[in-house]
Amino acid sequence: MPAPNSRAPKSPPPPRKLHPLPVRIMHWTNAVAMLIMITSGWKIYNDDVLFGWLHFPDAIIPGPWAQHGLQWHFFGMWILGLNGLAYVIYGFASGRFRRMLVPIRIPELVGDVRDALRFRLAHDDPTRYNMVQRLLYIGVLIAGVLIVLSGLVIWKPVQFSELLVLFGGSFQLARLVHFLCMSAIVGFVLVHVTLALLVPHTLVAMVTGGPVVSDARAPAPEPAS
Amino acid sequence: MIRTPSPSVFRPKTKIDRSVLAENRALVDKINRRGVLRGTLSMGALALLGGCSVTDTPAMQTFLRGVSDWNDRVQSLLFRPNHLAPTFSEAQVVKPPRFNAHFDIEDLKPVDRRTWKLELAGLIKDKRPWTAAQLATLPRQEWIIRHICVEGWDYIGQWSGVNLRTFLERVGADLTAKYVAFKCADDYTESLDMASALHPQTILATGYAREPITDPFGFPLRLRTAVKLGFKNAKWITAIEVTNTFPDTFWRKQGFNWFAGI
Repeated sequence: MPAPNSRAPKSPPPPRKLHPLPVRIMHWTNAVAMLIMITSGWKIYNDDVLFGWLHFPDAIIPGPWAQHGLQWHFFGMWILGLNGLAYVIYGFASGRFRRMLVPIRIPELVGDVRDALRFRLAHDDPTRYNMVQRLLYIGVLIAGVLIVLSGLVIWKPVQFSELLVLFGGSFQLARLVHFLCMSAIVGFVLVHVTLALLVPHTLVAMVTGGPVVSDARAPAPEPAS
Repeated sequence: MIRTPSPSVFRPKTKIDRSVLAENRALVDKINRRGVLRGTLSMGALALLGGCSVTDTPAMQTFLRGVSDWNDRVQSLLFRPNHLAPTFSEAQVVKPPRFNAHFDIEDLKPVDRRTWKLELAGLIKDKRPWTAAQLATLPRQEWIIRHICVEGWDYIGQWSGVNLRTFLERVGADLTAKYVAFKCADDYTESLDMASALHPQTILATGYAREPITDPFGFPLRLRTAVKLGFKNAKWITAIEVTNTFPDTFWRKQGFNWFAGI
């Protein structure tokens, strides 16, 4: 790491919480939207399964009928889609993605993965994401974009036939991608929630906003005008 | 309902009083707004419960169906009237087509082609009914298009028949009306927005894979459109009505989305 503050801008940005209010609102909105989309998606899946061995139990899906899964899915899509769009715009515009998710340095990543697998990954500093966290957050963002794209194709394969081309013109491939993205996101959520419960101050921070941080670690401060 | 041999039982003898419907619609809209508030407040709790037992309650259904009706409007804005669905080669056609209906295949009641006729109603100048032989004199066209079911499966089908726009023009239908409704011999009801009804790939199909349609696929006349989910394609059609009054449909009454565009 280069010495902090070596190129700090003349007027430092105002103090800011680790998770500013918009991030917290969007995080919990997304949590609700994902719960709606995933459980109702399982209901829709059950009507024509992709894998004969996999049916989701009635106890964890909305019902009782197929239309109820569809109703929830096509309601939840607005919350998920609009909130997700706002989050991505905010992430780029505010510099949050740049500050928190990059760069991913391969040697550090290898070390962090090794530590993570030994359950020794350091998390003393909640304001700095380790390489495994960065990789997972970027991965789940990509899965989020892909699940929305494949979802749009499944919803409107004719109106968005140009998008269907991305899936080789195959409606069933779009369904499979949609399903695999769901699987990846559910996998992420399991890890994410488990770790948040094991390291509770991260969970608290997503409610209260966490410690006040400065922008000193920003890799490329604006040049003084 | 007692069924008589005459298909004319499907047509009301008197015109619908539209003022009553308009009043009801205002009431429904009001209920929707109330439902939206109620639904939103309890949404988080419901989601945590998986929504299993609560989804089917009247309050929740009012809310969710309100959203579904709103989605209809979004879909009609997204609809591209002249954008063609992908078409396929004859080698990709699945024979026979896949059967699906609101009843089991054993309960199928075949339609007698000799007594069958297509009745017309609503905003149409020439309401004389059509026989199968008369329909066969109209110009035919064929589309090899993908059928997508709301359940998730799809297959490629080769459908031929009369273009619906051509037919509606021929009988002097008001093409500025909002809806085209279908009534069927199996007591099924469906309706299309006019833009989808006039899409180039929407036909009154009488043939499949170069042969006349057979049962259980809607003999002698069924709708086939490339811009809607499978269930919008009414089979065993006995009457077509052009109207500005929203014609509710079999599956929408059960909570499915009405527009169901793809």
